[in-house]
Amino acid sequence: MKLLVTVKRVIDYNVQIRVKADGSGVEKDNVKMSMNPPDENAVEEALRIKEAGKADEIIILTIGNDRAQETIRTALAMGADRGIHIKTDNDLEPLAISKIISKVAEEEKPSIILMGKQAIDDDCNQTGQMTSALLNWPQATFASKIEIEEQSAIVTREIDEGLERIKVSIPFVASCDLRLNEPRYASLPNIMKAKKKPIDTKDASSLGINIEPRIEQIKVEEPPVRQKGIMVSDVAELVQKLKHEAKVI
Amino acid sequence: MTILVLAEHNNIDIKSSTLSTIYAASQIDQDIHVLVTGYECEELAKNISKCEKVSKVYLANNEKLKNPIAENIEPIVVSLANNYSHIMAPATTFGKNIFPRIAVKLDIAQVSDVIKIISSDTFMRPIYAGNAIATVKSNDKIKVVTVRPTSFDPVETSGGKEQVENISFDNDSGSVEFIDREESKSERPELSTARVVISGGRGLQSAENFQLLNEIADKLNAAVGASRAAVDAGYVSNDYQVGQTGKVVVPDLYIAVGISGAIQHLAGMKESKVIVAINKDEEAPIFNVADYGLNADLFEALPQLSSELDKLNTIQQ
Repeated sequence: MKLLVTVKRVIDYNVQIRVKADGSGVEKDNVKMSMNPPDENAVEEALRIKEAGKADEIIILTIGNDRAQETIRTALAMGADRGIHIKTDNDLEPLAISKIISKVAEEEKPSIILMGKQAIDDDCNQTGQMTSALLNWPQATFASKIEIEEQSAIVTREIDEGLERIKVSIPFVASCDLRLNEPRYASLPNIMKAKKKPIDTKDASSLGINIEPRIEQIKVEEPPVRQKGIMVSDVAELVQKLKHEAKVI
Repeated sequence: MTILVLAEHNNIDIKSSTLSTIYAASQIDQDIHVLVTGYECEELAKNISKCEKVSKVYLANNEKLKNPIAENIEPIVVSLANNYSHIMAPATTFGKNIFPRIAVKLDIAQVSDVIKIISSDTFMRPIYAGNAIATVKSNDKIKVVTVRPTSFDPVETSGGKEQVENISFDNDSGSVEFIDREESKSERPELSTARVVISGGRGLQSAENFQLLNEIADKLNAAVGASRAAVDAGYVSNDYQVGQTGKVVVPDLYIAVGISGAIQHLAGMKESKVIVAINKDEEAPIFNVADYGLNADLFEALPQLSSELDKLNTIQQ
């Protein structure tokens, strides 16, 4: 069984982002970049499925500029087997991304595609569902537990009301929640080994897929700034303020 | 222009997220249809048809639609799509699960999690956990949009045209089987719509200590929430989580107890009207967004808060 894991290079989740003064976007130069956090959970889950003897190859797919290769290397250092890099210098929309993933899946024929449930930069939460619909494979979104059986899997999903369990047939697409597992750190020997693992690079324009954007970004701005309030000295003062000043209790 | 809204419900009650989505739709156009997919929910469909701004309800009533399986709902929406200028759903786990499928089947780029409608094709949406707001224009023929329910008021549940039309369903995907759902039962108000929310973080130190929050929640008729750290530590279940990957809340009063204030948590609560932070670390970033900060040990502050609220209630009576 083959597993395909998609990863995205994003601004590190600890970085306080800065909006560009001209409103054209967010400052990405000289900013620390990392693997999108729930994508790390997807990589980790693939490794655990392989370690349990239920899969024999893990392929990492990323779509992005030259530096996106670093994100593939990170996943290879965690233990994945090989990488596919679809090169583009543009920021693609989930619609285009899901078409590319589907195309790669048709060639590689994985049994499961694992991805993060949402990228922490554009916060779209679309790509997994779109890929599932394009391939006509079942989807298991917001997964916090994946149990692989013979020809199917039981997936626990995190939903607003609590938890839901579904059974999906293989092949399927899973979008991973942060609570699915605790991603491992790559060890130094594995980082060295990862440098020798193969990465196949293709240009996005060579795939015959229309990747032109459909959504026009008019402007990006800072959210309204919240004024810092006051410190109260004790609980009695807090309750008085809430009652008589803010009038919320 | 007519707009189709996909209803979120539990076969008995309409969710307030649907009422907010109808309101958002009404800012674009006044001709609004609602699609209800479910089982044994004729009564619910009738009630939705009575809602303000709703001119027609389509009902797909089938046992296979009892639970919201995305693969089964998607073809119903897609088959209706060409009659509409906009297709809308709440950006809850219900809408997030289904809508991208509809968008890709129609070859349309979806606009997710809209917080403000500028015009029929231009919308505002938060990116980077709400640390930036993007204004985007959709150039597709049909706009596929999910809206953040807490950014729009719910419509009234009366004033609609009371028209319900049944549509057939014969498209069970067969590849997904619903097993079960574990919902937290609570007597308290629902987290995403409560007027007051009190949330706990890792500072609470245990599941038992959340009882201290419950006690105060009962006195304020508040919902109880939590940071991701508290959920990950197993103090409470995932449906309590407030933040970028949890629920977004906009109450009149938000009380953050033992929560340091990571960017990802602030994304879920910083639009609250009044924010109170109780934390023993005076450097905690939560104080930067709090209207009222109390630098104190929560295990001393919470019992005091409880008794101060009692005093207040006695005076009021």
